[in-house]
Amino acid sequence: MSSDFWIMLTAALMSASCGILGCFLILRKMALIGDAISHAVLPGIAIAFLLSGGRDSMAMMIGATALGLIAVFIIQWLQISGIQSDASIGIIFTALFAVGVILVSLNARNIDLDLDCVLFGEIAYVQWDTWMLNGADMGPRSVWMLGFALLVILTLLGLFYKQFKITAFDPAMAAACGIPVMLFHYLLMGMVSMTSVASFESVGAILVVGMLVIPAATAYLLTDRLGRMLIYSVIVGVVSSIVGYYTAYMLNASIGGSIVTVAGILFIITFLLSPRHGVLFRKLKQKRIASSITSN
Amino acid sequence: MDILVYIVNDPNIRWIILGCMLLGLSSGVIGSFMVLQQKSLIGDALAHAALPGICIAFMLLGVKSTAGFLIGALVAGVLATVGIRWITEHSRIKQDAAMGIVLSFFFGIGVLLLTRIQHSGNGGQSGLDKFLFGQAASMMREDLYLLAGISMLLIAACTLLFKQFKLVSFDRGFARGLGWPVVWLEQIILLLTVFVVVAGIQAVGVVLMSALLITPAVAARYWTDRLHIMILLAGIFGAVSGAAGTVSSSMVSQLPTGPVTVLVATLIFAVSALFAPRRGWLARLWQQRRNRLEWNREGGMPHEQ
Repeated sequence: MSSDFWIMLTAALMSASCGILGCFLILRKMALIGDAISHAVLPGIAIAFLLSGGRDSMAMMIGATALGLIAVFIIQWLQISGIQSDASIGIIFTALFAVGVILVSLNARNIDLDLDCVLFGEIAYVQWDTWMLNGADMGPRSVWMLGFALLVILTLLGLFYKQFKITAFDPAMAAACGIPVMLFHYLLMGMVSMTSVASFESVGAILVVGMLVIPAATAYLLTDRLGRMLIYSVIVGVVSSIVGYYTAYMLNASIGGSIVTVAGILFIITFLLSPRHGVLFRKLKQKRIASSITSN
Repeated sequence: MDILVYIVNDPNIRWIILGCMLLGLSSGVIGSFMVLQQKSLIGDALAHAALPGICIAFMLLGVKSTAGFLIGALVAGVLATVGIRWITEHSRIKQDAAMGIVLSFFFGIGVLLLTRIQHSGNGGQSGLDKFLFGQAASMMREDLYLLAGISMLLIAACTLLFKQFKLVSFDRGFARGLGWPVVWLEQIILLLTVFVVVAGIQAVGVVLMSALLITPAVAARYWTDRLHIMILLAGIFGAVSGAAGTVSSSMVSQLPTGPVTVLVATLIFAVSALFAPRRGWLARLWQQRRNRLEWNREGGMPHEQ
């Protein structure tokens, strides 16, 4: 298989996972918790690295998901004890990120974990980092990790779509219906943590935030139905991945960076031109209404 | 005592400590207003948004220049704040998502430009990416002057406009009712934040800059209900974190300054959250216990007649 194919497949799988989860984050007004989680998983990755002594994907995934959930738990706890939600996010994710940077810098000589790589990611190398099973080459490891993450997300959403939907729109009503709101909160956060770490190596920590927020926000401006929003969000993510890949190729620049940039441009276009929520059409509608009032 | 001797004898370390203290002081002061306005994470957005500004400045100038970076980052930071305001005002997207969009879009462009610069093979670019994590040790004398200048400007602005900033932070609607230019005052606070963020990126890096804005301010909030004391305390906490971070990272090799500074600030926060009088966790536990005892002494639940 060509390297183009593997890179675009990795990016598309990442964008699809992030796009789906991002819709729920945006609806729950928790867009920046993705920012927090994607930084907070760094110490989890570093600890998994130190304990397992190598790039064991499973260990990294478990370590990072655990740290992500711990971060969410402490943030929740601080909020209950009376600190504003954004301030508690800011305190916890920076502290955990600092721990992660210190762990990595102190052990930089022993382990092959590069800070630049963790933060920026280098998707161009995915095809050389393959998963070997019983001596057989199974293809890029990132594809397997992201595919696994997407499968988990789709399974959980398929099983509990209604519960996730009600919790996203109206947590109070969900609680009244007997849905364990906290359980679904932590399920969602667990999925975000898992996706962050699976995406880490391909696009890097900070750009995960972009793919969690931007396609979902774009979809949010296009429709009022959750089902469609999920589909649009995935489409925007996948299109950004493919266009972003070719842009990066042409400019000889970072693939992750250009994927997010393309997603941002798609957002701006939607923001201006969306049929119902776009700035332009709303202005036109206002004008029409104004002129119809004056002509009457 | 060894540490003191070491510090006194090494002028370079002295400069860096002073710089980090000034940075902690000014970010603590301006961070207090941001936290009270519930815009804690805007520092994070601004720090990330600075990246493309810095890259474009480098591309235009061809050399690393602090002044050039400052202007580039300033323009990018102002554009980012305008973008966030625009998205929230003209669509149904909420402030947090708008911040996420602007933060990652700007950062994406920044990474794109950064890799362009790196691949272009310009010799002067080496270390340009270092500012993501910050390198306090590379702080020059000019950077220190810049930090001192920014701190003084900031403290002067906060003193002169104290009453205005205070009312805007606590009761925006009332300030508007008084006929004050609320939007402009908020923009001035944001602009001062951009200044601090840009100055701080070199020392502690992009991600950790937001910690210096938030953590000392929230820690200070535990000790007092009065704004000027909170600001003073936040400034002191920030300065102490900066000094402690620099000293400890100069003692242990390979220990980066920025993260240590942030951890010291987090420690101060933890101590405040646990032990502060009245608001701290222990004090509240004690109060609950006293209430219960009092309740029991008075006979507990009154019996039904």
